[in-house]
Amino acid sequence: MQTGTLKQILLITDGCSNHGEDPVAMAALAKEQGISVNVIGVMENDVIDDQGMREIEQIASQGGGVSQVVYAKKLSQTVQMVTRQAMTQTLQGVVNQELKQILGSSSSMEDLPPEKRGEIMEVVDDLNETVNLEVLILVDTSASMKHKLPTVKEALLDLSLSLNARLGNNLFSLFIFPGKKNDVEKLLDWSPRLETLTSAFSKLTPGGMTPTGPAIKEAISYFRKKRSIRGLLSRHDDEFYEESI
Amino acid sequence: MMMNSMKNPFNIPNGTVIKGKWHLQSYTIVKELGRGANGVVYLADWNKKRVAIKVSDNNVTITSEMNVLKSFSKAQGVTLGPSLLDVDDWVLGNKTIPFYVMEFIEGVHFLAFIQQKGKSWVDIFILQLLADLEKLHEQGWVFGDLKPDNLIVTGPPIKIRCIDVGGVTLQGRAIKEFTEFYDRGYWGLGSRKAEPSFDLFAVAMIMINTYYPQRFPKQQDGLSLLRQKIEAIPELRKHEQVLLRALTGKYATAIQMREDLLDSISKSSLRNQSRALKQKTTVSPTPNKKRTVKQIQPSTKKRPRKHSGIKETIIIFMVVCFLYVLYIYQQI
Ligand SMILES: Nc1ncnc2c1ncn2[C@@H]1O[C@H](COP(=O)(O)OP(=O)(O)OP(=O)(O)O)[C@@H](O)[C@H]1O
Repeated sequence: MQTGTLKQILLITDGCSNHGEDPVAMAALAKEQGISVNVIGVMENDVIDDQGMREIEQIASQGGGVSQVVYAKKLSQTVQMVTRQAMTQTLQGVVNQELKQILGSSSSMEDLPPEKRGEIMEVVDDLNETVNLEVLILVDTSASMKHKLPTVKEALLDLSLSLNARLGNNLFSLFIFPGKKNDVEKLLDWSPRLETLTSAFSKLTPGGMTPTGPAIKEAISYFRKKRSIRGLLSRHDDEFYEESI
Repeated sequence: MMMNSMKNPFNIPNGTVIKGKWHLQSYTIVKELGRGANGVVYLADWNKKRVAIKVSDNNVTITSEMNVLKSFSKAQGVTLGPSLLDVDDWVLGNKTIPFYVMEFIEGVHFLAFIQQKGKSWVDIFILQLLADLEKLHEQGWVFGDLKPDNLIVTGPPIKIRCIDVGGVTLQGRAIKEFTEFYDRGYWGLGSRKAEPSFDLFAVAMIMINTYYPQRFPKQQDGLSLLRQKIEAIPELRKHEQVLLRALTGKYATAIQMREDLLDSISKSSLRNQSRALKQKTTVSPTPNKKRTVKQIQPSTKKRPRKHSGIKETIIIFMVVCFLYVLYIYQQI
């Protein structure tokens, strides 16, 4: 089975977008290009209003991802859980697609007897462990996020710890929105570890609008750019897939 | 999509009959046993036997837990988790709800038991747990989400068992499910790779947790905070070496940790009574006297300083000797 690399955008925010393109539309655009969008809403003393909640859920559901709204102190556990769940979800989608081809259009994993389901689940588990993963993290740095940023940083380090325990390779990159000059600013280029972000993160000065839509749009193009550059270097990756599948 | 699966909309009334779509077995719900992040567990009646049923709208959870329980039942000697009895789907209107049926593990949660019956059980349970973990590790697994919530005391004979195999992971892979306080990654003391030492870290944290039921948050330097917490409690301090070795990943196997713990236990009971003597004298009026020894302990241990351990051993040893002399004197 051919799966390629899993691509995810992880959006961490604490409220509604108020600038630029519709983020739900941008999430749909990402999904069309094989990138799933996960959203985590962080609260501290504030609560996210209905409109913000709805937007968070809609972005994730349009983006084929997972969403969760949590208090800051639960952020670490949630970030890694959401990422893993989204991986399973995507891989299961791939497996379901294959099943449909084999068994006919109406079949999905749920229609199979439990024993068969168990066998398929083992395949999904194996893929989950070995597949390569690219996560582009988008952090909302509007004014209200200021106090939450240290927690966000910790959660991201924790994410790196969880994912790097897998057998598959990981690449992370980190963007913030709004940036100093533009809607979006890159803090960390594709890197297998998130530990390097520590210094960059503490220099941030949150403030300004919340251009969630433009941020997602920019994130998508960053995946594409990278792919074309990496085309030259991808020999190593191909070998890896042959081994693991 | 996944949001819903976490809220657990299940509220199945007692008396409901759940009939499996594939294997056609019927289960009558007796009561709810508990609910967690991934589903609800009910006590049910099946051919007059009591079983536990886990229901979840998350097919992935049910299926992978089923896989784990299945391979446990194939493996010889792994008695850690409940045994698996059935896996099926329950069709309710237009919804299909996956469930699995397992052995009902009747008992009390670990911390509740300790609260009722006293801390003297802690060491025993940890020894039992380590023996079971050794078997699990030998089969190539790691338990992952080891914590008091997932430990049930059954019996008699009193025995500790694990429930919730959601975190069980093949060795060498990334731990599937864990809980912050018991996770070495959270404390900055190791990776989340499934290795026996991951479970052994959790075992040490469970021991600490029994003396700090409220738990405590981490600080910058995880290890020195944990050491401080250990040293503040005499019952933990006597096992300090074992605990620190487990916390820093020095044990490659559960059996090594178990042996060290046994050593540590017998060393510390040497302080209370000289074992050799006790085994030779077969009469048993000693309990009262042992108690006197225990009452002396707190006053000498009130303000632990660096060297008080040695001093205290000597004092206690002398008191014990004195009592034995008295005791033997009485016998003559
Ligand atoms: N086999 C069993 N016998 C008796 N009680 C059980 C059994 N399995 C589960 N329970 C009870 O049900 C509760 C919830 O079960 P379990 O921990 O499996 O759910 P979960 O959704 O996986 O929870 P968690 O959030 O810990 O992952 C347990 O705390 C326990 O009290």
